[in-house]
Amino acid sequence: MADSAQVAELLEHEEKKSLESREFGFWVYLMTDAIIFALLFASYVVLSKNSAAGPTSNDLFDLGHTAGETVLLLVSSLTFGLATIAMAAGQSGRVVQWLFVTLLLGLGFLAMEMVEFYGMIAKGAGPGTSGFLSAFFTLVGTHGLHVAFGSLGICVMIGQVLIKGLTLPVRSRLLRLGLFWHFLDIVWIGIFSVVYLPGVM
Amino acid sequence: MDHSTERNLSTYLTGFALAVILTAIPFALVWGGLLTGPAVYVVIAVAAVIQVLVHLVFFLHLNLKSTPAENLFFLVFAAVLIFIMVGGSLWIMMDLHHRMM
Repeated sequence: MADSAQVAELLEHEEKKSLESREFGFWVYLMTDAIIFALLFASYVVLSKNSAAGPTSNDLFDLGHTAGETVLLLVSSLTFGLATIAMAAGQSGRVVQWLFVTLLLGLGFLAMEMVEFYGMIAKGAGPGTSGFLSAFFTLVGTHGLHVAFGSLGICVMIGQVLIKGLTLPVRSRLLRLGLFWHFLDIVWIGIFSVVYLPGVM
Repeated sequence: MDHSTERNLSTYLTGFALAVILTAIPFALVWGGLLTGPAVYVVIAVAAVIQVLVHLVFFLHLNLKSTPAENLFFLVFAAVLIFIMVGGSLWIMMDLHHRMM
């Protein structure tokens, strides 16, 4: 009897340790991703004035649209935080509700970005037009792709919480997805500060 | 349990309020055209850096006590790499641009 209890305790300890090392590994991934984004930012800054006699950032950017995207992403960071709080309190129903709200906000952000991209391409300002537009679509598109994968991750985690409940591995995955989601909001701060705000001045 | 949950909520709400303020300041400046010239860039840059720190502390819960040392170490390492690569690229390209004029 005592033996099996000891074994169970040992197993739980090992599981915790393995989850901790995964959290560290995910953190390392996020930092390398930050380096990728930093270099895309650098390319954008270098190329941002090279519009090749085509449309410039002043003609294309709409600050109201950008403000809308910013609000969606910032509120989605808050709602993911609320899901994390519900997780700490063990309320799996609340977790699913807040994750669903976060998912809707993320999809809303993606829809707005799609509208913006299609509008620009329709105006003849596609990624092939100039160095400025190549760098713009690479930087903002890479961020959008990350948000799309994050939304997919939220769908998966909603399923896992519903089917498996708030077990130790599910909690750890949800925390890691939260890190990813908040990280994307940080990258967006860089995008509106480096791309959109200086672009319309 | 209840107490820590409460504190957590206020952490998120504080971070959210600060983030809204730090987003509104640069947008309002650019929209209203209140400032011109290099001062606007300085305000945008300062607001962005402060907002990144706000997100790291209030949303990612980074702090010097409970965050594992290796995570902080890696964050600083990435920051140094970014500083060298981005700073170096911009320096070289701006210099080149200047000489080509």
